[in-house]
Amino acid sequence: MSAPAMPEKVAGISAVKFEKFGLRHYLICLKGVVLRECLRFLHQRERFISSLVRPLIWLFIFAAGFRQVLGVSIIPPYKTYVLYEVYITPGLCGMILLFSGMQSSLSMVYDREMGNMRTLLVSPFPRWFLLVSKMLAGVSVSIAQVYAFLIVAWFWGVKAPPIGYLMVLPALFLSGMMLCALGMLLSSMIKQLENFAGIMNFIIFPGYFASPALYPLWRIQEASPLLHKICLANPFTYAVELIRFAFYGQIDWLSLGVVAGCTVLFLAAAIIAYDPSRGLVTRKQDTGGNG
Amino acid sequence: MQHVRTSGPGDQAAALDVAGVSHSYGSKRALNDVSFSIAPTTFTVLLGLNGAGKTTLFSLISHLYDTRRGSIRIFGHDVSRASGEALRRVGIVFQARTLDLDLSVHQNLSYHASLHGIGAGEARQRIAALLDIVDMPGRQHDKARSLSGGQMRRIEIARALLHRPSLLLLDEATVGLDIQSRAGILATIRKLVETEGIGVLWATHLIDEVEDGDHVVVLRQGGLVAKGKVADVVRTSGAGSIRDAFSRLSRIDAAGNAEISP
Repeated sequence: MSAPAMPEKVAGISAVKFEKFGLRHYLICLKGVVLRECLRFLHQRERFISSLVRPLIWLFIFAAGFRQVLGVSIIPPYKTYVLYEVYITPGLCGMILLFSGMQSSLSMVYDREMGNMRTLLVSPFPRWFLLVSKMLAGVSVSIAQVYAFLIVAWFWGVKAPPIGYLMVLPALFLSGMMLCALGMLLSSMIKQLENFAGIMNFIIFPGYFASPALYPLWRIQEASPLLHKICLANPFTYAVELIRFAFYGQIDWLSLGVVAGCTVLFLAAAIIAYDPSRGLVTRKQDTGGNG
Repeated sequence: MQHVRTSGPGDQAAALDVAGVSHSYGSKRALNDVSFSIAPTTFTVLLGLNGAGKTTLFSLISHLYDTRRGSIRIFGHDVSRASGEALRRVGIVFQARTLDLDLSVHQNLSYHASLHGIGAGEARQRIAALLDIVDMPGRQHDKARSLSGGQMRRIEIARALLHRPSLLLLDEATVGLDIQSRAGILATIRKLVETEGIGVLWATHLIDEVEDGDHVVVLRQGGLVAKGKVADVVRTSGAGSIRDAFSRLSRIDAAGNAEISP
């Protein structure tokens, strides 16, 4: 490789005076992080397809099979009997957010192992802002997946009130933030990619099944009071209920409070975990080099 | 090389000032009371065998880890206390490949530009100019996955220069590359020091990348064993060449094996 002279337009590197970062610079950074996540998602078609196929299998096969077995009585927000497919649709939206949040956790561990994470962490913007940007990027992709699923479900005959598709957006956003923040916190605790299987066993499956995603809480209480208590302690329960009520233009205030509170809690813990002076990541021997 | 201490940020500050830095991973000491500084517009080679602590030092300078003992300043800005100001002035090429293979060259570089608050229009201009400099003109739309190891490294150098840093850190930037690519990359970086006046800290274990006019900092098992101009290090170590000096300082025997215990 030759060593050509530096062109005029990039000359004077060392003479550059840096202006203080303003709102515009922060927005540029946020846009860049979100755009990169979207581009990565678009380039990984298998990831998009699998994210869509998973809930559709539950909707087309599981729900069809169980609609005759599981009866759903009239419980808020429903004002009449609903098909089982309708009942589990908010839970499947939550499932997409849950898997996507954990996927972002997986990708952060992968990026850390591969070194890509360094490019983000050596940015001069505050670490908390970079992590929030990364979360917003992950949530944007998750929400796109949920709406893709809802479109297919609509053609399958599973329809919410038209306004519900708009009203559910803030609920999806907040629930997605909570689950992405949880994923980010977990990624700081996972040392190696191989440990991610534990996340599947200890977070995703218990989180999903110990919630009203597939069956109403009153049915769980009838079956096992202990399991009912576990469900009530599960933040994912409230994410599902928040989404369910939002589909019908209602706000479940308890769910809103729990999801918002958990989002703040998980995010704060993740920011501390990734803080170079206090964090868990710092304590690991992850130099990425041999020097 | 004189150890320059600075009292605060300013134009006269050293490009990089490492003062009394130690770092451990649990009970394992990776760096032990390392102090040196780099003047602006100099090419400094950080020499050390594998495990000497070069990458740990890079991680501390780039604030991936916090400096718990000692201090690191970039143009007078403390990396721990004012990491944003310090990191704006430094471009980093990590030892591990850090390009996103699924994205194009332009998308990779644009992402980095946004991480420094550089808008799309300005980034496009800078990317085109920097791809010329790293001898990859018009390769914006190539997928990173399709590039060779040497080409990826050139793109990473372009990326490190995108925000116009005053100090460039390169950690084993030529590892795994063929001789021609190594020489080309080294020549480009040396040219940047001459024409642009940036300071460079070039970490390597390859002694043939050192030239007579360079400054060197030699690490051994986490400790600093020599620093200064090549001629000074050769003289004080009592060796006949920088290669011999490095061998002595690293305690490498005739068969090329490093002595592990001091």
